[in-house]
Amino acid sequence: MSDEQTFLDALSARGTRRGAEPTWIAARRQAGAARFEALGFPTRRDEAFKYTDVRAIARGDFTLAQDAQDLTPLSPATAAALTLPLEALRLTFVDGIFAPELSDLAALPSGVSVEPLSQALADNHEAVGGALGRLAGVDFSPFTALNTSFAEEGAVIRLAPGTVVEAPILVQFLSRANATPLMSHPRVLIEAGARSQATVIEHQVGEEEAANFSNLVSEVMLERGAILTHYKLQEASLKDLHVSSLHIDQGRDSRFTSFNLNLGGSLVRNDIVAELNAQGAEANYYGLFFAQGRQHVDNHTLVNHNAPHTFSNENYKGILGDRAHGVFNGKVIVRRESQKIEAHQSNANLLLSDRAEIDTKPELEIYADDVKCSHGATTGQLDEEAIFALRARGIDEETARGLLTLAFAGEVMEQVSLDAVAERVERTVAGKLPERFNLAGLVEVAAALDEE
Amino acid sequence: MLEVKDLHVTVEGKEILKGLSLTINPGEVHAIMGPNGAGKSTLSAVIAGKDGYEVTSGTITFEGKDVLEMDIEERACAGLLLGFQYPVEIPGVKNIYLLKAALNAQRAARGEDEMPAPEFMKLVREKIKFMKMDSSFLQRAVNEGFSGGEKKRNEILQMLLLQPKLAMLDEIDSGLDIDAMKVVADGVNSLRDANRAILMVTHYQRLLDHIVPDVVHVLVDGRIVKTGGKDLALELESRGYEWVLEESAA
Ligand SMILES: Nc1ncnc2c1ncn2[C@@H]1O[C@H](COP(=O)(O)OP(=O)(O)OP(=O)(O)O)[C@@H](O)[C@H]1O
Ligand SMILES: [Mg+2]
Repeated sequence: MSDEQTFLDALSARGTRRGAEPTWIAARRQAGAARFEALGFPTRRDEAFKYTDVRAIARGDFTLAQDAQDLTPLSPATAAALTLPLEALRLTFVDGIFAPELSDLAALPSGVSVEPLSQALADNHEAVGGALGRLAGVDFSPFTALNTSFAEEGAVIRLAPGTVVEAPILVQFLSRANATPLMSHPRVLIEAGARSQATVIEHQVGEEEAANFSNLVSEVMLERGAILTHYKLQEASLKDLHVSSLHIDQGRDSRFTSFNLNLGGSLVRNDIVAELNAQGAEANYYGLFFAQGRQHVDNHTLVNHNAPHTFSNENYKGILGDRAHGVFNGKVIVRRESQKIEAHQSNANLLLSDRAEIDTKPELEIYADDVKCSHGATTGQLDEEAIFALRARGIDEETARGLLTLAFAGEVMEQVSLDAVAERVERTVAGKLPERFNLAGLVEVAAALDEE
Repeated sequence: MLEVKDLHVTVEGKEILKGLSLTINPGEVHAIMGPNGAGKSTLSAVIAGKDGYEVTSGTITFEGKDVLEMDIEERACAGLLLGFQYPVEIPGVKNIYLLKAALNAQRAARGEDEMPAPEFMKLVREKIKFMKMDSSFLQRAVNEGFSGGEKKRNEILQMLLLQPKLAMLDEIDSGLDIDAMKVVADGVNSLRDANRAILMVTHYQRLLDHIVPDVVHVLVDGRIVKTGGKDLALELESRGYEWVLEESAA
């Protein structure tokens, strides 16, 4: 049996259990399945997967949590420990299944709607139907096609024009340790009306022994003047397999800021694609990937400057230890008629071991002539002189290396305004930061000095 | 306090220190002078524990402990602190962060609790004022974009905060203008007390006018060839090193 057939069989088995669906959903599923079957899983011969081997996914035999017989329940204490400690509107999925008991939408302000996809479809499937799949059709990749064929759960977030949501909207995807490996194909849809403003966090996290496959597709539509900050905090277990694509469609004067923070997963592939469709649109991509052991993390980003006077700025930092492998591919395409655009891109990588590997490729395709563009990629090691200088003041070696590693990530982490997120990243990157190096104390000191 | 006995050190196969001996007692200020390439920086680097130096024979003890058996950070926590000839820039690590991390690491090594933030802040403010540095230096990355003189002041600022038992200062006077020299010297002199010692490497009498040494050594070709009082430095300044060499060869 081919690798693809295993997935198609799981799909038809699910189809017989799922019950009746509106015809447009069924049609879309079919289109996804057909496209996936035609494309097959990508191989290293596909340019977009040149450095990423997805056989660990293709050869896997994953069960949908909806169909699994032997599910190990996730204890509330475990779920609580995994959840980011911040005040947020929260929607939780455990291996793709909505978990109302772990969700909290009580404080939902007016003008905002946050609901699980299943419920949005049940309530008014036509409203969702128009938007869903508009940005991420079945052609983007075999994984989006696969997602489209399976999708039945996820998050739908809608902001009415002018709505400003203070609390972040946290969509968490929990992955549990289970005897049978599970798969999920969640879908996120964000529609931000004109001049609305919000922060959305997609958080992948799970039990240490979890070994599941998640395949997320997110679509974000920003209308005129909308401002959205999007965090992806990927802290999956070191055995989890994770693929995601994030598609953004930007109207005039809209601003999209992405923090793509990857700490976990054994095999990870993220795609981000922003379409800057009208003047004044701005996309900022900040990324950090930290991989150890034999982790493989691949980030592919794309900005399409489809209109004049659009701006993009990208800064990705890779930190790779042991035999980890990182991939960064950042592409910017400027159309001939897109004059007066600005696009800047930088990728710096830190190799903590001789056997760690990075493949970095900035790609600029510029067809307009009046543009301001820059790009650069660097790869280096920790500065041993600096480590000596720190140790020569009494700081132990592990802490010195942690400090310098964090300093390397500084440019990106300084932009992270959610402390709960920054702390998770810093602890992972710098090792067990002893309490005495907690930044909080220093922030106080700094603030007090500034008051002088 | 510090005892170096018959120290032989090789760097990349080349012998740099060739049987160096030196004893420093609490309360003393020692100056080491000598021509370029004699091994002055090598000596302080070996005492501080820098990689790349092979000690082929000899011993270094500090307060009775075998220094060569200690990790770099252990040496610092024991009170052996090196002020660098060329302080390294550490992008992304704020000066204040270094100060706090270093101070608390040393306190932890002594079994003391972390210093509370307000107390720490008061202390830092006092020391930075003493060094006539602007408080904006605390928020800047360690030595990044600092002028030569600012880097040297920053080294002394760390010393003032960490209060080493033995401060080793390698050419702390290079790159200092007259005013900065005074500030740095005041900083170093403020460390002087009966329980502390200072080891300075310098080429110039000018520094020794400000920080008057108890003992002056001449290091030539990996050995201390002459030791004297503060007048020896004056003699070196007027006569150069040749005569010392001839005298020791005779
Ligand atoms: N890493 C190294 N590789 C090769 N040679 C080295 C290394 N470090 C030091 N040396 C050599 O060791 C010798 C002593 O150097 P050192 O820096 O100790 O001299 P110094 O007395 O401090 O001189 P200066 O007055 O110029 O600072 C020099 O010949 C130098 O070239
Ligand atoms: Mg020197």
